[in-house]
Amino acid sequence: MLTYIVRRLLGIIPMLLGITVLSFLVIKLAPGKPVMLQYSLNPKISLEEIRRLEKLEGFDKPLHIQYLNWLKNLSRFNFGRSFSDGRPVTEKIIERLPVTLAINILSLLFIFAIALPWGIKCALKEGTFFDNASALTMFLLFAAPTFWLALLLMQLFCINLGLLPISGIASLDFEYFPWWKKLWDLGRHMFLPVLVSSLGGFAGVSRYMRSNMIEAMNQPYIYTARAKGLSEATVIYKHALRNAVLPIVTIIGLSIPGLLGGSIIFESIFAIPGIGRLFYEAATMRDLNLIMAEVVLVAILTMLGNLIADIAYAYVDPRIRYGKR
Amino acid sequence: MGSKRLLFGCLIIGIFSLLAIAAPLVSPYDPSSIDQAGLLMPPSARHLLGTDGLGRDLLSRIIYGARISLSIGLIAVGISVAIGLVFGAVSGFYGGLIDSLIMRFVDIMLCFPTFYLILAVTAILGPSIFNIMIIIGLTSWMGTARLIRAEILSLKEREFIQAERAIGASSSRIILRHLIPNAIGPVMVNATLGIAGAILVESGLSFLGLGVQPPTPSWGNILIESKSTLGVAWWITVFPGAAILTTILGFNFIAEGLKKKIG
Repeated sequence: MLTYIVRRLLGIIPMLLGITVLSFLVIKLAPGKPVMLQYSLNPKISLEEIRRLEKLEGFDKPLHIQYLNWLKNLSRFNFGRSFSDGRPVTEKIIERLPVTLAINILSLLFIFAIALPWGIKCALKEGTFFDNASALTMFLLFAAPTFWLALLLMQLFCINLGLLPISGIASLDFEYFPWWKKLWDLGRHMFLPVLVSSLGGFAGVSRYMRSNMIEAMNQPYIYTARAKGLSEATVIYKHALRNAVLPIVTIIGLSIPGLLGGSIIFESIFAIPGIGRLFYEAATMRDLNLIMAEVVLVAILTMLGNLIADIAYAYVDPRIRYGKR
Repeated sequence: MGSKRLLFGCLIIGIFSLLAIAAPLVSPYDPSSIDQAGLLMPPSARHLLGTDGLGRDLLSRIIYGARISLSIGLIAVGISVAIGLVFGAVSGFYGGLIDSLIMRFVDIMLCFPTFYLILAVTAILGPSIFNIMIIIGLTSWMGTARLIRAEILSLKEREFIQAERAIGASSSRIILRHLIPNAIGPVMVNATLGIAGAILVESGLSFLGLGVQPPTPSWGNILIESKSTLGVAWWITVFPGAAILTTILGFNFIAEGLKKKIG
């Protein structure tokens, strides 16, 4: 197990380098000078001022020097200052990160808490009305744009039924609430964002769980278990389920880019101050330092998610550890 | 089952494509003409799907939006399949160092949540229909590349390819005439799903205001207005979204049908 982990950890070094090179190039090779892009909306800025700013940001140096400087700063978590308000980029990201992580982790928990039992139920009732109806629902959920579902749910819960607040993460008088009311308030605000960001993943995971379970139920060891005279419950929950649920671990890793990408859209719909909305603001303001920092950050988060999922998979399934090199 | 789905999907996409192509003939109004009689009119005989906040006919805007959304989906996927084919074929056929380099590059590309990459590039290049097609294409080829590589790896060892080699055919001939045509089935399925994905990305991007720019209608940017008309004009939220949903369903049906047909 340890050798497997070490091997995987060594493998992320070239990945990290690749991620930084690519993020750097995507932003730098785009036509137009970064400082010009930034200030193109400002009519008052003079040519000398632009030169001065370029020198300050090091944009006058050759590309590889710029990259190495950027990488050096990056290793100290220094992503430079935001063009829009002059604050350090790292500081801006750190204050926004917890909300996004909280929502994404809650969504993941939500997805697995419901999608796994759901998929298993569908597999056990394969071909029945329940299974077919659920297949159709998942197909629809999979095809619907999430932001549209968000709008429809907002219409239903916040306007027609008046049950939930429409945006933000807390009420205005949040600070004066006792702790239980704070929790309730946060819950009410988080409910729709978490629901919306889980819908796509929910459809995917439950279908995946269903097909895994069906496959597991048709394996020879299930016949053996039945032939031994084990109860149906033991056969299903001990023999089939344990094998069917293993590959799901990797799905956690795979669903991270989708969740993070989705954050951009639903955070701006629900006015949630997370890194998704920060990125959206950076993109509309062409705040290059912030854009680069976030692109690198989400790529690294994705990579770590995959790594953790792979290691977890190897931990629960010894075949992976010893199988491939 | 497969052919029924295929037929159903083709029917949906066929209708939308016809509407898109014949937009000037079939749409009841000019998509940018303003009806003085009223803003935010609910669906009626005069405006079948109602009007938007500027008094423009929603049905006409959705029909014209189909042009933009469908063509972005098609062209973006064309680009991504082309890139994926080249990388995947080279990687699978030559193997060795080239293969591992390309596959590491694919791994790295897959680390970037597509939406972040797309938003970053559109922020710099500026949002235009042309840029969006290219950017979606450039960020979505990895699946195709892996698929083609896997297909070619398994085809490469088959007898008819060995025979071709034995009679002295060049690498490019083997790749272009034998390997790619035999591996194209799964790629078609993947590409069909890709069109659906590209349309979803485009609509999300336009919804955020970083995609197709108004006044040009796209399904995503018609929905921008629904944020401010929530609870006032349900038709602005429901119809454009339903158009997206139906189209995506159509492409998904086609993909499922094709998958069953191929086996």
